[in-house]
Amino acid sequence: MRQTDAVIIGGGPAGLAAAIELRRKGIEDILILEREKKPGGILRQCIHDGFGLTRFGETLSGPEYASRFVRRAQELDIPCMTDTTVLEVTPDRRVYASSSEGLLEIQAKAVILAMGCRERTRGAISIPGTRPAGVYTAGVAQAYINLKNKMVGKRVVILGSGDIGMIMARRMTLEGAKVLGVFEIQPYPSGLPRNVEQCLNDYQIPLYLSHSVTEIRGRDRLESVVVSQVDEHLSPIPGTEKEYACDTLILSVGLIPENELTWMAGAKEDLGTRGPVVDEHYQTTVPGIFAAGNVLHVHDLVDFVSLEAEALADGAARFIQEGALPACPLTVKGDSLVGQLIPGRCSGQEDVTISFRVRRPLKNCSIEVCQGEKVIRRVRKPKALPAEMIQISLKAEELNPNEDLEVKVVC
Amino acid sequence: MLREFTCIMCPQGCDIQAELEGNKVISISGNKCPRGKEYVTQEIKNPMRNIATSVLVDGGELPLASVRLTKPVPKDCIFPVMAEIKKVRLAAPVQEGDVVISHVLGLDSDVIATKTVGVR
Ligand SMILES: Cc1cc2nc3c(=O)[nH]c(=O)nc-3n(C[C@H](O)[C@H](O)[C@H](O)COP(=O)(O)OP(=O)(O)OC[C@H]3O[C@@H](n4cnc5c(N)ncnc54)[C@H](O)[C@@H]3O)c2cc1C
Repeated sequence: MRQTDAVIIGGGPAGLAAAIELRRKGIEDILILEREKKPGGILRQCIHDGFGLTRFGETLSGPEYASRFVRRAQELDIPCMTDTTVLEVTPDRRVYASSSEGLLEIQAKAVILAMGCRERTRGAISIPGTRPAGVYTAGVAQAYINLKNKMVGKRVVILGSGDIGMIMARRMTLEGAKVLGVFEIQPYPSGLPRNVEQCLNDYQIPLYLSHSVTEIRGRDRLESVVVSQVDEHLSPIPGTEKEYACDTLILSVGLIPENELTWMAGAKEDLGTRGPVVDEHYQTTVPGIFAAGNVLHVHDLVDFVSLEAEALADGAARFIQEGALPACPLTVKGDSLVGQLIPGRCSGQEDVTISFRVRRPLKNCSIEVCQGEKVIRRVRKPKALPAEMIQISLKAEELNPNEDLEVKVVC
Repeated sequence: MLREFTCIMCPQGCDIQAELEGNKVISISGNKCPRGKEYVTQEIKNPMRNIATSVLVDGGELPLASVRLTKPVPKDCIFPVMAEIKKVRLAAPVQEGDVVISHVLGLDSDVIATKTVGVR
């Protein structure tokens, strides 16, 4: 059986950044396994610009951002097997994959999970009506248009105001389609304000908040959708139905970490992020198995994915070199306004970066990181949105190694 | 006149309030960095935007190469620029960074490839 120091599952931004940083830390024997024909991950289809502002101080398209990491990995001679799908990971870090060479079995000292996320289809499933052709998730429509040169439709309704949906509203408008509107069930947009501005307002595409698609009509191809206003419990209000004739419905109702392999390996799930529970080293509850990027929690900015994967490489390199990492006995919890909190555990003896999102839009609030009665950090936020991941970095000196941490939002 | 803007220069998307007098910014608040003022100043004079799309590639391992503009162009040039880009057909190989159209429509901006497409 093949033996390696580190197997990295997924050759997207997270996997590539982890590989490059591991090599920089002196880990020689690394193998990236990627399901697609080329590395780069989902960014290969995200052709719009706006990537890399934090990382490189310039604004790049998704493919350009990804190719910087692909090239770096190639320069460092890090092997990446493409067309290779990982089928199973065991708790003792054996990795089974199928490739053009046949079935692979690899024993790794550390396994790095970087499989990214997939799109939610919930919402679509529960909408009454027929199931004609013409209903796509935003990412699938993006792949058709940007990778395969297939235009998906001409009169388009978008359900959900996620960033990918808004970006597709603009993209389809540029390609000559008429986007009738973006309908969002919540009373606030779920994507970033800049995308409302530059993807919708710039092209006079209306955004209807507190609205949802309540019926899908059509025989073979989609013919129309019915849209209703919803009340404060998100239930459709009778009498507000409006029919829109359209040939395409795009769903942009969120992303969910892709973790089948993670659960097979026996790692514990975090019900907030829907990814694995990790400690400050990005180690899951299974020693030697690490996770970063969208497989861990959904990111809106790839720059943060790269940073997170590099931080992971720190811990993974230590694990490979020393055989274990310091214990992380302290829990990190959030109050009811805090969601998607990472990490779930920490040592209290090393620097730690906490990432989370607020659960609803808030104005003029303070975020407090507490240990018992003591507030160890307070950050003022004039505006906080669920669309934005918030990060707070704490220094070892600020922490009490004997007390659990809690993140509180005070309004 | 008081006007509100959502800055699009970076993902922070600051809500900016600006006191304007014609084409001049009298005072500005809400922006977390100087780029917010640049944005508002440009926005009231002549809003500029970047766009991304794809062009067809003959004989390539992929049917399309993605492209973008090296600099933003006036907002009302977006559709004319799209029409120019639509006319282009490239032959593989295409290198990331290749200039696909230089000074598109005579503007101070080039259309460049953002993806390498090898020969099929
Ligand atoms: C449709 C879509 C559009 C997006 N648009 C944007 C955007 O505009 N801007 C932005 O900043 N972020 C965007 N994101 C978020 C984006 O995914 C992240 O910024 C970043 O790409 C995440 O990197 P990653 O490496 O974690 O995941 P990915 O880029 O998804 O990479 C995961 C890789 O793992 C591979 N993989 C998965 N399972 C296996 C397996 N079993 N075996 C082998 N390989 C496997 C996949 O093929 C893929 O290449 C988008 C996400 C999606 C889903």
